[in-house]
Amino acid sequence: MFDERSPIYQQIADQIKNDIVSGELKEEQQVMSTNQYAAFYRINPATAAKGFQLLTEEGILYKKRGIGMFVSMEARDKLLQARRERFFEEVVEPMVEEADRIGVPLADIMKHIEKRKGQQS
Amino acid sequence: MTLSIEVKDVTVRYGKTTAVDRISFHLEGGKIYGLLGRNGSGKTSLLSVLASFQPQAEGEVRIGGEAPFENAAVTSQVCFIQENGHLSDGYSVKDGLKLAALCMPYWDSPYADRLIELFGLPLKKRISELSRGMKSALGVTIGLASRAPVTIFDEAYLGMDAPSRYAFYEELLKDYMEQPRTFILSTHLIEEVSNLFEEVLILDQGKLLLHKETELLREHGVSVTGPAAKIDEFKLGLNVLGEQQLGGIKSITAYGELGPERASRARAEGLELGPVPLQDLFVHLTKRGGSAS
Repeated sequence: MFDERSPIYQQIADQIKNDIVSGELKEEQQVMSTNQYAAFYRINPATAAKGFQLLTEEGILYKKRGIGMFVSMEARDKLLQARRERFFEEVVEPMVEEADRIGVPLADIMKHIEKRKGQQS
Repeated sequence: MTLSIEVKDVTVRYGKTTAVDRISFHLEGGKIYGLLGRNGSGKTSLLSVLASFQPQAEGEVRIGGEAPFENAAVTSQVCFIQENGHLSDGYSVKDGLKLAALCMPYWDSPYADRLIELFGLPLKKRISELSRGMKSALGVTIGLASRAPVTIFDEAYLGMDAPSRYAFYEELLKDYMEQPRTFILSTHLIEEVSNLFEEVLILDQGKLLLHKETELLREHGVSVTGPAAKIDEFKLGLNVLGEQQLGGIKSITAYGELGPERASRARAEGLELGPVPLQDLFVHLTKRGGSAS
């Protein structure tokens, strides 16, 4: 569920984003209400609402009056775009640093990736 | 219905001992508040003033705009549940509940019945014969079913075992969402319940150390870890609550916002930044000599 590592509303927002990226939550699909969310995760509804508000501000969710919150049409593209931008900084850089630290030559990494590519196609 | 609570310069004394020392705060109606503090920090004294169980020595209390002490119009709106309840031990559970129903104008009988079943309360037993857990469950049942606009649980659920406590948390949330009202829970089981609180108040030695939105407080603590010399330089100007050193590595817990500039400096110097769990923050803030500014 939630850890103590960051504010809960942030974790709620991240969870919903992950569900959108993985396709579990589709565009134009309704998400749980803040009260459902609060009851399910045993958190204060104001905290859940804060997470939802964050997603609304980022254009990931939008509100249909009197009905609930829905996933925006362009939500997934937006999230993928943002993750691609951070991919090299957050995934590749730390990997290269670790490889350097433990003495794995970059050529080996390239070879490994090529091999995987071969298996996939 | 929800009622706001205004506390202004309230002091509570027992003889020469000052239990609550000029505390002021404002609680908006319709939220769940956590009141945290070590043993003897003044939690129960403060809460019993809110519940009009005793008058304050100095200062003012207003609930829904009115002074509560010896004011039936206000006291009927407040339900105060303590762990070592004020339940009449000689009664059976059933009669104890009947008595509660008579005192509480918003009592919800069907809801009480559901809670009795949920917690498995033995109706025919005398209250004095109940186990600690069952006494707590009875208190919690009365508090929830009272549907009082201001409901206060003073460590009332600590005697319950973990499954019952979780059942209580679930019920509290569910009922709060259906019938918004003001709840105040005092506790030292912070980790377990902090997610329920919209705001927390921390008391220390009779004073109000802080009153903050829970999520903001969570963002307010930071731990910084790295080589001791670098940390010693980095910590200048920070409000450091605690330090730990293992060999050449040092870790500090700081209170207050780091700011983007300091954060990027930390990253540039290879220092590791981490969050501080609420429980740790509480421990650091309330140990002797800790301070929040």
